[in-house]
Amino acid sequence: MIDLAELKVPGPTETELTKPFWAAAAEGRLLIQRCDDCGRTVFYPREICPHCWSARLVWADASGRGRLKSFSTIHKPGHPGWQPAAPYTVGLVELEEGPTMLSFILQGTEAPRVGKALVMQPTDIGGRVLPAFKIVNDSKKGDQS
Amino acid sequence: MIRSKAVLIGVGSLKPVRRTEGETTLGMLARASALALSDAGLEKDAIDGLLVGPQVGETPQHVPATVSEYLGLQPNMSNVVDLGGASGPGMIWRAAAAIDAGMCETVLCVIGNHRNPESPRSPNRNPIREFDVPFGASGANISYALLKQAHMARYGSTDEDFALIAHWARANAQRNPNAIFHGQPASVEDVLASPLIASPLRLFEIVMPVAGAEAVIVTSVARARSLGGRAVHLLGAGEKITHRAVSQAPDLTSGPLKPSMARAFAQSGLTVRDMSLLSLYDCYTIMVATTLEDSGICPPGGFGAFMRAHDFGPEGDWPLNTHGGQLGYGQPDLAGGMTHVTEAVRQLRGAAQGRQIRDPRFALVTGNGATMSEAVALVLGADA
Repeated sequence: MIDLAELKVPGPTETELTKPFWAAAAEGRLLIQRCDDCGRTVFYPREICPHCWSARLVWADASGRGRLKSFSTIHKPGHPGWQPAAPYTVGLVELEEGPTMLSFILQGTEAPRVGKALVMQPTDIGGRVLPAFKIVNDSKKGDQS
Repeated sequence: MIRSKAVLIGVGSLKPVRRTEGETTLGMLARASALALSDAGLEKDAIDGLLVGPQVGETPQHVPATVSEYLGLQPNMSNVVDLGGASGPGMIWRAAAAIDAGMCETVLCVIGNHRNPESPRSPNRNPIREFDVPFGASGANISYALLKQAHMARYGSTDEDFALIAHWARANAQRNPNAIFHGQPASVEDVLASPLIASPLRLFEIVMPVAGAEAVIVTSVARARSLGGRAVHLLGAGEKITHRAVSQAPDLTSGPLKPSMARAFAQSGLTVRDMSLLSLYDCYTIMVATTLEDSGICPPGGFGAFMRAHDFGPEGDWPLNTHGGQLGYGQPDLAGGMTHVTEAVRQLRGAAQGRQIRDPRFALVTGNGATMSEAVALVLGADA
């Protein structure tokens, strides 16, 4: 595996609204939004809650724990900058709080499998720290529900 | 007698090509339109409605006015239909609705794209660009790989099950000299031996991008009657949009085509078992698998057994994508979805030379856009 930090790949296209998300990510935290009106959680960040259309969305720290809903190991990346990292794995991560995000799945001792428990692992990709995920080994599952 | 909403009176298709040099999308749309007009037996000035697709790059805005001007049309109704691969089928019911609303009587639905070498990279600044691309997820292959993996994990479906879909598409393409894979059949073993692109998707399970254009002319039942035969009727339609990014999909193993097909069947008073042809959007093998299951023709998770139990060729018991589907014909960008309409029209007219199905009565046409996000289903019927 090459050093992900050395990749020349497109980073996030931040907006005014999403700056706190990426700033937190750079500090190793995963921020999601919670709606003060309906109480549901939201990812990706929005101006209004997609569940009830309230504008009372507040930032909240996510636990960083989730479950692998699906994954793909990419041999021919869609962007040429990712070619040196291939094959690499991306996955759909169902966060403990409810929403699903797409993320990078770090190579570990266990092969990815749908349903596996994941934990967020801040990772430098192309010179920016992003919320990647790693598989929680079965023996270390602990209090995962 | 099933009520006809409108009539598909003419179709035109450009032969798919891998590359173009110095072509304009406008020029290609014009050639496909002229073929459809001639097929319909109409004069240009009969066209009083125009539906077009988006044209990233060449004409970012004012597409209907630009196409109208190029074609010398002055339509009374015009719109861009922007539903990805569902745009073509989405045009058909919109044409019928505009005719029914009294806004126009004869609508040109045209979509296509060149593949010149200088195609620019996407200037997207949407949530996918911000939240998916930075993790290495660019392009549709990965999204559909995630959908296929989810299906395999949930139902235990196998690579062989999916390979059958690609095999049949290639087999049917051997009956269509215009198909990009004419002369290149593929066995199940060939599909399984093709390179992994984004696991579990292999190369032969993915459409080949080509240049092309497809046009359909839709008119009122009264107008069609005055023109004589060759009519194909729109009997039912359904549409549903659920999300854009695969991470936001409400379900990974069932999609918006399920309610779309249910609505189209309810409007037509028919069921999937009444269909003589399945003309199903097939950007990837997984899309056909999910559509078959969502149609009710087989149970959830049952597409593999269904694929093994039937013959999907023109003479088979379940003709499926007899033009080769996009997996065999090539995907002419957004016009790929319209190939499922033009093929259904040719089959229902009894004019599908060299690959005509027997006793053509009804066809199910599906369109799909983005990442199983945008869906249109049509039920078409032969002239009674």
